[in-house]
Amino acid sequence: MGMTMTQKILAAHAGLEEVRAGDLIEAKLDIVLGNDVTTPVAIGVFEKAGFTEVFDREKIVITLDHYTPCKDIKSAELCVTARNFAHKHGITHLYDVGNVGIEHALLPEQGLVGPGDCIIGADSHTCTYGALGAFSTGVGSTDMAAGMASGLNWFKVPSAVRVELKGKLRPFVSGKDVILHLIGEIGVDGALYKSLEFTGEGVAELSMDDRFTIANMAIEAGGKNGIFPVDEETREYIKDRFGREPVVYSADDDAVYEKTVTINLDELEPTVSMPHLPSNTKTVKEVAGLHIDQVVIGSCTNGRMSDLRAAASIMEGKKVADNVRCIVIPATQQIYLDCLKEGIIETFINAGCAVSAPTCGPCLGGHMGVMAAGERAVATTNRNFVGRMGHTESEVILASPATAAASAIAGCVAVPGQE
Amino acid sequence: MIKGKVWKYGDHIDTDVIIPARYLNAPDPAELAKHCMEDIDLSFAGNVQQGDIMVGGWNFGCGSSREHAPVAIQASGISCVIAASFARIFYRNSINIGFPILECPEAAAAISAGDIVSVDTKTGVITDETTGETFKAAAFPAFIEKIIESGGLLPYLREKKG
Repeated sequence: MGMTMTQKILAAHAGLEEVRAGDLIEAKLDIVLGNDVTTPVAIGVFEKAGFTEVFDREKIVITLDHYTPCKDIKSAELCVTARNFAHKHGITHLYDVGNVGIEHALLPEQGLVGPGDCIIGADSHTCTYGALGAFSTGVGSTDMAAGMASGLNWFKVPSAVRVELKGKLRPFVSGKDVILHLIGEIGVDGALYKSLEFTGEGVAELSMDDRFTIANMAIEAGGKNGIFPVDEETREYIKDRFGREPVVYSADDDAVYEKTVTINLDELEPTVSMPHLPSNTKTVKEVAGLHIDQVVIGSCTNGRMSDLRAAASIMEGKKVADNVRCIVIPATQQIYLDCLKEGIIETFINAGCAVSAPTCGPCLGGHMGVMAAGERAVATTNRNFVGRMGHTESEVILASPATAAASAIAGCVAVPGQE
Repeated sequence: MIKGKVWKYGDHIDTDVIIPARYLNAPDPAELAKHCMEDIDLSFAGNVQQGDIMVGGWNFGCGSSREHAPVAIQASGISCVIAASFARIFYRNSINIGFPILECPEAAAAISAGDIVSVDTKTGVITDETTGETFKAAAFPAFIEKIIESGGLLPYLREKKG
C-alpha cells in the first residue's frame, strides 16, 4: 500500500521504511518555532520540567510578532521572557522588532524552511510551509517545549484528503478564493486530523504566494497539514534562500486517500467567508453592498508581495471611502521595503490607508485595528470567529486582497474588477 | 473517578471564545480562568465549581494553537471535557498538559446542561447520573495514557530520560 507525500516525510523523519495512517510515531524535527504569545508559556514548561539545554540552538526560531511593537506592559514582559531565553541559550534565529516579520511569511522568505522538512510551530498557521513541500504543523506550547528539549515530537500519522486542482484562475481571483471555497465545500472540520494534499495540473498555475495562502488555511478545515508537490516554481523560490539541501518527496501512485475533492480553478469567483465561521462562504457577488467600517490587508495569510500588489493595483489613484478605515500591514520588513521601492506604499498612503510595521495585531484582535460593538470588517486574515477582531458584537468577513481593496474603495463589500 | 455538574456548549467552540486573545498577554492560569468562556457565557467563570464537567459538540477547541485554552478550562476547576470530536491541536495540548478529555459523540448529544455526570477516565465509561444513561468513550492508546499518567508530556520525557 502506497504512502501519501505527508506519510513519506513522516516515515523518513521517524527512521521507518513505511508508516500507515493511525500509527503513533516519534519524528525528528528540522525546525521548532514559537512566537511572543506561545514561547513564554513553552519556556515556563521547559524550565519547570528541569530542562537546561536546547537540542540545537540553530533549529529553534522565535518570532516576536503578535503583540509587537509591544502594545502594553504585559506583552512587553512576554517579549522580555522570550528574549532572555533566546540570549541565554544562544538561539540563532530570534527575530525582534526591526527585523521581525509575521512568522509564516518570514521563515520561508529567510530560507529557514524548505522541501522535505519536518516542522512544528507553536502557532496554528505553521501549516503554511506545506506550500514548499514540507510537513509542517501547528502545536501548543508544551509541544514546543518538548521539541526544544529533545528535537523530537510524537505524531499520529494522518490519513489524507486529496484536492485536485484543474485549470487556471481568472483575473481578480487568487489563492485566498481557492481556500475559502474549499473550506466552504468540506467544512471547518472537513479535514480534521488529516492532511490536505494538493495535486493536479492546476498547481503549476499557482504562484508560491497563492500556495502559501492556501496551505496557511488548511487548519481552518481542521487539517493537520496542507501540502503541495515540489515543482519548478518551488525550486525557483528556494534558490538563493534555503540553506540546506532540499529533499523532494512525492506521493506514491497507489497512495490511499479518504476522498478526493476536485476544484476547477477557472470556475471560481471572488469568495468571502461570512461571520462567524470560515466555512460560511458566499461569492462576493451574493453579499456585495453590505456596509463595512474597516478593511485589513495583511496577516500570515495575505501580507505577501503579490497580495499587496493586487490590492495596490485596485487602489491606484483612488480614495478609501469616508466610512472605512483601511489598515495595510506588509508581512515582513523585506516586503515593506519592496513595496516602498515599487511605489506601492505611496499608493496606499495616497488612497488614505494606514500602513504599519509587520505585526499579527488586528487579525487576532490584539492591537492595531480592534473593533467596537456593531462594527464590521472585510479582512484578508484567516478567522472570523465571535470576537476575533475585537468586541463580540463586531463582525469579520474573510476575503482576498483584491476583494478587500475593492471594498475599501467602495465603502461596502464589493466585487473586485467592477469598482 | 470524576463527578460533577455539566456546563454544556455547542459545535465548533473555538479557542478565541474559550480564552479571547485580549487576555493572552497574561498567561498565568488563575488569571486566564477568570475570563474563560466569557465571550459566549458570562456566567461560567463566576459560577463554575471545582470538579464540574464541560461538554461540547463537534470540533471542540478549533482555531488557534493557544495552549492557554485547555489551561484556562483546567484552571477554572473543570475536571474533564467530553465532546463529540476535538480539534487536533486542542486535543494534543490537553494530553500534553495532562488534562483528561474524552471523545464520545453519543454522550455529547445526550447529556444536558446541569446534569450530574461521573467519568472513569481509565475505562472511558461516562454515566449521566441525572438520567441514568451510560456511555463509553474510546480509550486512549497506551502511549498517550502514559503521558496523562505522568502529568503531561514534559514530565513524561523527564521520566523517560531518567
